[in-house]
Amino acid sequence: MEPSLLEQDFEYVLIFAMFVMTCAIAISMVRMYSLFAMAMMTGIFSLFCAGLFIIMDAVDVAFTEAAVGAGMSTVLFLGTLALTGSIEKRVKGVDKPALLLVAVVGGMLLYGTSDLPDFGDPDAPIHHHVGNRYVQVSEAEVGPPNIVTSVLAAYRSYDTMGEVAVIFTAGLGVVILLGGSQRFARTRYKPDEEGDENPTALQAADIDGAAGEAEGVQTAQATPEGGPTPGKETT
Amino acid sequence: MKAHSVLRTSSKVLIPPIMLFGLYVQFHGDFGPGGGFQAGVLFAVAFILYSLVIGFDKARRVAPPGVMLSLSAVGLMIYVGTGFVTMFLGANFLDYDVLASNHISAQHYGIIAVEVGVGVAVATVMIGVFFAFAGRGR
Repeated sequence: MEPSLLEQDFEYVLIFAMFVMTCAIAISMVRMYSLFAMAMMTGIFSLFCAGLFIIMDAVDVAFTEAAVGAGMSTVLFLGTLALTGSIEKRVKGVDKPALLLVAVVGGMLLYGTSDLPDFGDPDAPIHHHVGNRYVQVSEAEVGPPNIVTSVLAAYRSYDTMGEVAVIFTAGLGVVILLGGSQRFARTRYKPDEEGDENPTALQAADIDGAAGEAEGVQTAQATPEGGPTPGKETT
Repeated sequence: MKAHSVLRTSSKVLIPPIMLFGLYVQFHGDFGPGGGFQAGVLFAVAFILYSLVIGFDKARRVAPPGVMLSLSAVGLMIYVGTGFVTMFLGANFLDYDVLASNHISAQHYGIIAVEVGVGVAVATVMIGVFFAFAGRGR
């Protein structure tokens, strides 16, 4: 069914309003110094992007953007802020080479977008490739009414497996880098135990990698020099 | 956070519906928007909210980081395992048609199995990453 002219206009007005809001948020983020406010602003920015995706009928993408962009990454930003300061260092003056670089790259990107097909253009190259086939026969070939799911989990399930592997590997890397267990944090980052403490902490990481669940038993060996008692409530 | 009784109470009310919605998104992903990835993030957000409001140490007791890491590997193994099951049943890797006699329901079973793997892996990785961040400053 073809949407009425009023409906189409309303869609464009909404998209434009979202665009103005995201621009305003971006500019205000550049101008502020409180990192806490900035973390919140990135969350709001993601929420507006999610709204934009919903208007453009990309509901799955909007869902992911809202959950990851507005939810997870804001929480991670706040977690980082708890470790660092919450005020950005003030810099005097403008870094001219950086400004030039940003202007050139931004100009190139704007020039590039002029080549993109219009929003909802039926002649766009994306609608003349395999996408049409998915829309027409995925219900008979795979079944689910949500074509995104059929593409992700059936047609392209091998790709999705790679994605899951990437997520797993990335999570593993972050946990190993940051020392996922509170116990390591205590042994490794205590100021008076720095220096020669690192090898022991690494050994403790090895032990944990072998038997992650046996926390309580291992802790006694992993905290030499009478470190703080494990499992103690601190909050 | 003990002083914020409004925040604590409202979070306690919110956490079960968040998890329920996560499960809905997980198992309804083939009919509506969503799927394993979104469901995993939602499920992790419930744990993170619990950790932020009720306390980091209590959350760690509910979801020990070691268990979370192992479960993320289990999630990946569910996905890859589905592929191997189809292979041992005589089809190609991740070709779901051999999982049931009916073509459509076979595809459906395969998608559900694979999405469960995605959901488990994503949820536990997100929880693990959050604990890694939040545990550093302590």
